[in-house]
Amino acid sequence: MPTQADDKFVGTTRKVTQHLTQNEGLSFEKSAPGKRAYRLAPLDVPEVDPSALLGEARRSQSAELPELSEIEIIRHFTRLSTWNYAIDLGMYPLGSCTMKYNPRVNEFVSRLEGIAEAHPYQPENLSQGSLGILRLLQTCLLEITGMDAITLQPAAGAHGEFTGILLARAYHEAKGNARKNVIIPDSAHGTNPATAAICGYEVVNFKSNANGGVDVEALARAVNEETAALMLTNPSTIGVFENEIHRIAEILHAKGALLYMDGANMNALCGKTRPGDFGVDVMHLNLHKTFSTPHGGGGPGSGPVACREHLEPFLPIPVVEEGQDGQLRLNYDRPQSVGRVRAFYGNFGMFVRALAYILANGPDGLRQTTEDAVLNANYIRKKLEDLYELPYNTPSMHEVVFSDRRQLRNGVRTGDIAKRLIDYGFHPYTVSFPLIVPGALMIEPTESESREELDLFVDAMRQIAREVEENPQVVLDAPHSTRVSRLDETTAARKPVLRWKEQGIANSE
Amino acid sequence: MGKESANEMAYPTNYRYTREHEWIDVSGKTGTVGITDHAQDSLGDIVFVELPKVGDKVEKGKVFGSVESVKAVSDLYSPATGTVTSINEELTASPEKINADAHAAWIMKIELNDPGEVDSLLKAEDYEKYVKEETGH
Amino acid sequence: MRYLPKSDAERAAMLREIGASSIDDLFAIIPEEYRLQRDLEIPRQMGESEIVDHFKAAAAKNANGYASFLGAGVYRHYRPVLIDTIVQRGEFLTSYTPYQAEITQGTLQAIFEFQTMISELTGMDIANASMYDGSTACPEAVMMAMRVTGRDGVVVARTVHPEYRQVMHTYAQHREKESGLKAQEVGYGAEGTSQAGRVDLAALEAAVTDQTACVLVQSPNFFGVIEDVPAIAEIAHKKGALLVVAIAEAVSLGIVKPPAEADIVIMEAQSFGVAPSYGGPFCGVIAAKEKYVRQMPGRLVGQTTDRQGRRGFVLTLSTREQHIRREKATSNICTNQALVALMATVFMTVYGKEGVRELALQNLAKADYAAKILGAQGTLLFGRSPRFNEFVLQTEETPEALNARLLEQKIIGGVALKKWYPELGNATLWCATELTSKEQVDRAAGVLAATAVGAEAR
Repeated sequence: MPTQADDKFVGTTRKVTQHLTQNEGLSFEKSAPGKRAYRLAPLDVPEVDPSALLGEARRSQSAELPELSEIEIIRHFTRLSTWNYAIDLGMYPLGSCTMKYNPRVNEFVSRLEGIAEAHPYQPENLSQGSLGILRLLQTCLLEITGMDAITLQPAAGAHGEFTGILLARAYHEAKGNARKNVIIPDSAHGTNPATAAICGYEVVNFKSNANGGVDVEALARAVNEETAALMLTNPSTIGVFENEIHRIAEILHAKGALLYMDGANMNALCGKTRPGDFGVDVMHLNLHKTFSTPHGGGGPGSGPVACREHLEPFLPIPVVEEGQDGQLRLNYDRPQSVGRVRAFYGNFGMFVRALAYILANGPDGLRQTTEDAVLNANYIRKKLEDLYELPYNTPSMHEVVFSDRRQLRNGVRTGDIAKRLIDYGFHPYTVSFPLIVPGALMIEPTESESREELDLFVDAMRQIAREVEENPQVVLDAPHSTRVSRLDETTAARKPVLRWKEQGIANSE
Repeated sequence: MGKESANEMAYPTNYRYTREHEWIDVSGKTGTVGITDHAQDSLGDIVFVELPKVGDKVEKGKVFGSVESVKAVSDLYSPATGTVTSINEELTASPEKINADAHAAWIMKIELNDPGEVDSLLKAEDYEKYVKEETGH
Repeated sequence: MRYLPKSDAERAAMLREIGASSIDDLFAIIPEEYRLQRDLEIPRQMGESEIVDHFKAAAAKNANGYASFLGAGVYRHYRPVLIDTIVQRGEFLTSYTPYQAEITQGTLQAIFEFQTMISELTGMDIANASMYDGSTACPEAVMMAMRVTGRDGVVVARTVHPEYRQVMHTYAQHREKESGLKAQEVGYGAEGTSQAGRVDLAALEAAVTDQTACVLVQSPNFFGVIEDVPAIAEIAHKKGALLVVAIAEAVSLGIVKPPAEADIVIMEAQSFGVAPSYGGPFCGVIAAKEKYVRQMPGRLVGQTTDRQGRRGFVLTLSTREQHIRREKATSNICTNQALVALMATVFMTVYGKEGVRELALQNLAKADYAAKILGAQGTLLFGRSPRFNEFVLQTEETPEALNARLLEQKIIGGVALKKWYPELGNATLWCATELTSKEQVDRAAGVLAATAVGAEAR
């Protein structure tokens, strides 16, 4: 940590102190021929000669995987794990990520043998447990969103967006005109325009109004019979609820267009309002955001898509249905379906976790969760608005967006402040997004943060603001306390080294 | 990050400039094309240049390639219509040449269909003014 | 509610500090007509033991204690205990995407090791764990080939997993109209021919043109048969098309020659330590030759140095991704499969160089035994073509009747193929792995043998 050698202010971290972490190389660097971590049970059938069975298709040279013993492997990954920040260690103020607590009972139930070992092709009458989980989760999510039908097949949010726009497209095609474009606000997450483009639509970029929301009059002028849909995030990416959303829906519906809602920010709405009630036609959910499934270092996620009745015929196959006999089955006979968006039924393991989360909360728990999420964000806003610039003074819901405008006067940007936050023991907030706010600091605490943790965060941000005024260099050079300092991303991109190679053999490029 | 602000780098007066921050240097029927110092400064360290192929037809205002930095990528719009006669292969191994001297690090040379087409592009002083206005926001 | 770390007193104090009279003030922006005035109609809040009971009851309604011969894209392999031990560490489980490299070196290094091992196994130069699964990796690989070649035709083998092909079709259908992606299927050699159960090379040759972006095959294919990858590669490359090889059973790479002639390899890594879990989450991998790296979708981890020259790892080449290129992105994928990839990484590290080979060899032996024993009770199709751990059986009896009899003995038999390959009649696809016992195979054979007796008696 930087010292106060020259009397310039350096903040005092309260959440963290210096700690030793173990060094660890790559697994390949500890490998030695003959070391073993496995032992297979002996064969109870005759041995075979692979050359005889496979001929030319026999692998002649083994892959150079490491050879290690079990203890080396456990130490290897345990040491690596200690280099990570995680929710289990503290708050992630990442905007629009909803980094909430990942309940452990979710992990336990997803590993129950009958659930974990179920093969997607096992007979339906021996899969009633899994099908029942699918069904109950669907029912709960429909009630939460106020929609009429749902598919759990998409593997993540972006995949859900893709599916949702496919549904929109199928709907329009069935009416005789696929239409040409999708309107997307400039505040949207990058997956939105990427999705629209992949579905064959042109993207019409739409400027947000002075409050960071949709300019309803401008929208009315922009929507016509070639508009397939508007993709809207609500609350918006600056954390503001589109309070004219019913007018937005009316404008779209009047021209036969659809309202697609990106459900990334459902953590502000769950139990308090329902998208189906305020005019949304189709939306996706992120189970790894709102519904507590773990991020696991970047995935897996799950992106269910819910829709109103008029889009139901186009849902991906198969659809879970209940027969007369009370048995659940998978229906593939859906002539208007858009088809499959992936093999099997979706990220089932995440359904188990999300359902466990919903059951642990119940209706009162979900509502309280949403209230606490919004309370926490507003608390942070109140405690920092004197030091950090608020680009919009509209009320925040579950996240607050500041800009680095004041700090820029001292040559310090949002990215630098974020790196300094690491020294105070926190993961950075979302940097430089949404694009409509230059130098954005996007902060979403979620309901999982106690007052203590929030106060520690506020304290850190306030001390950093003071450092920016009195000692900007300590912020610009941050982080100071991590195992590695800022990494050379330029060389990594110019001359990519994407795998390990044995010494003596030149690395790629 | 790249060099300091555009004010410190003079814009060659014999070049013409587009609003998308490309420059073109016309000599007879050949136009040499690159990106401006302001562009390289906004992008930061350039890591990759997507070059067109020799023989490609390019159209004024249409995309002919792209320039990538670690965090951003920029499409390149052709300042004029013509056919690509050569490309600066050095940029494949050393894209940082653009950061070092954007006005010397040319990207492609094209045979112009109509050299007069560039007359409507910005002159150096107009481009400089345009950049000042843009960055003022 | 036990996940919420606040007391009512704290909530009240915080509201006062904000200057709100009640929590309702903070939701006032929602128009009143849309504010829910009632509780959601979902099950009431449950205690932890109730949640466990709920899912135990669900688990009990699934197959328990059955011998299973199911494969077809999802494989039963032993999962070393170390996998869950490591993966359930909070620092891995509850960590975010490694955008802030200084505090995610654990995740980044693990992914770098994954990339290395997959490259070694597949014979490709670069690999990532960013596809949702094997099925969605297919359209991603095809779109990549289209970008590289600038062409829009695709030739797909019918021996590719039917659900993978269905997903391809979904992605392709709207593109057909606007950008002209044309997908064509090529059949396989019939039983008794030299290319039985494998891509029909003559038909392939006829289908590939100079407008073909890529040829997509799977090896081992859906029937368990290993394709003649070198011959297919030659046909594709002759016309300037890329070869994309899909691998659904990752364990095969321990003993089967990797498709080094391919330009792009996509893989489902579920076999490497990921539970079947009724179909997901799995681990889709895309790997390719180095020259295609900038066209590869998904996240890549690269090695670099920090300011003090220490080795570290970062996400790199992210300009291809959606958060930067927006509508020009190479795909719209955002989430990758980091945690499942970590399971696969631990699996590959535990088994190591010798273990993956031994494991694959055991699979080969078990399936060879099963094919012989069960084949004697029916017809083993494509018997002379090289295969890994799956095979196709044809029986007089319908699959429905056969599987019903097997279930009585608590055996789940092979997948019926009629809905995808009606030309194969009463055919079923069987898989035997290192977890399949001789006793299970013999018992299944006994059930099959009982038909002959039964048929006579009728």
